[in-house]
Amino acid sequence: MSPEAGIPAGYYLLLAAALFSIGVVGVLIRRNMIVIFMCIELMLNSVNLTLVAFSRINGNLDGQVLSFFVMVVAAAEVTVGLALIVNLFRLRASIDADDADRLRL
Amino acid sequence: MSALLLAQEVAAEVTAASGSAEFWVFWIIAPISLAAAISVVILKNPVHAALMLVINFFTFALLYAVLQGQFLATIQVIVYAGAIMILFLFVLMLLGVDREAEAGPGKVRGQRVAGITLGVVLFAALTVSVAGPFMGTDSACNTSEAVTTAIAEQGSDARPCTGLEAQNADETGGNVAQIGRLLFGDYVWAFEVTSVLLVVAAIGAMVLGKRTDKLSELVDSGEADPPGEPYELVMVPAAPELAESAESANGPGAGTSAPADGPATRDDDTSDDDTSDDESRGTDGDQA
Repeated sequence: MSPEAGIPAGYYLLLAAALFSIGVVGVLIRRNMIVIFMCIELMLNSVNLTLVAFSRINGNLDGQVLSFFVMVVAAAEVTVGLALIVNLFRLRASIDADDADRLRL
Repeated sequence: MSALLLAQEVAAEVTAASGSAEFWVFWIIAPISLAAAISVVILKNPVHAALMLVINFFTFALLYAVLQGQFLATIQVIVYAGAIMILFLFVLMLLGVDREAEAGPGKVRGQRVAGITLGVVLFAALTVSVAGPFMGTDSACNTSEAVTTAIAEQGSDARPCTGLEAQNADETGGNVAQIGRLLFGDYVWAFEVTSVLLVVAAIGAMVLGKRTDKLSELVDSGEADPPGEPYELVMVPAAPELAESAESANGPGAGTSAPADGPATRDDDTSDDDTSDDESRGTDGDQA
């Protein structure tokens, strides 16, 4: 591959797949709720990268607009999710996901 | 042979191609991005993980920029690195959980092995299904004239990706104007629904963040019994053994007059300043 030829779009998709998988692994193996939440953000961003890459492949901007909407929904999700985590921490004095294993106090 | 090899032959004719810039940006940024993502997963300290995620978001912004998404690159820095991650850091600092929160084995046996195995399987599946069809030179996505003409001469069915450059050209007002046309044209309904979503999320965060009387009663009466050793924080009164350990840690010169029977039970449900309570317990300790 020569520098002048640019990058095949598949490489971006491959990078996004790798980052998404790393995010999934983080959600599965970490127990700190805030870190799990950060890994969810990583997954959302990887999906955004695939959307932007496909937007580039197809030559229209719809993928970028969809990516923009994903960012907005992610912002709303972070707001509510962090409020929930703060409430859980007030109840249990812990943000370990294994400690939040029952609905009653 | 392939379009890329033909491009190498005519590389001398290629001006400062954006393909070259894209090449170098990608191969410098992609390893950084992967390393930062792996650091988010493996670093024990959540604050370090959050800072690594900020680095990761900046690399995403650079990748958007070379993929002809200038507006998204800017928004990525402002919204994600600037707002969302600061929210994460605020919560981390507010809760005071910037410490090892995952000491000891978890309740799920073999969690790490299973998780990593599933992640590898998922990566293989995504590679084959999503990235696979676009890995060949037929999908070379660049604006280099040499490659474009080579593809055309070859009669390959590859589509050189010049659509976005045409759309982001100055005549059309650039990337931001084009996205604005789409947002307030085809996607205006979704855009309006998004505003409702943001209002609902803000109200929900306020409702959840409000310290209700019920919760305060549970916490104050000790019914919300934390498992394990509680952190010393605003909402939860320190357990007796913790207060004693803090007292012994303070040494003899601290002059504490902490009650030996644990934290003083407060019968006024309006005092929210437990921190001043703790501090005064450490200094003068004559709580009414």
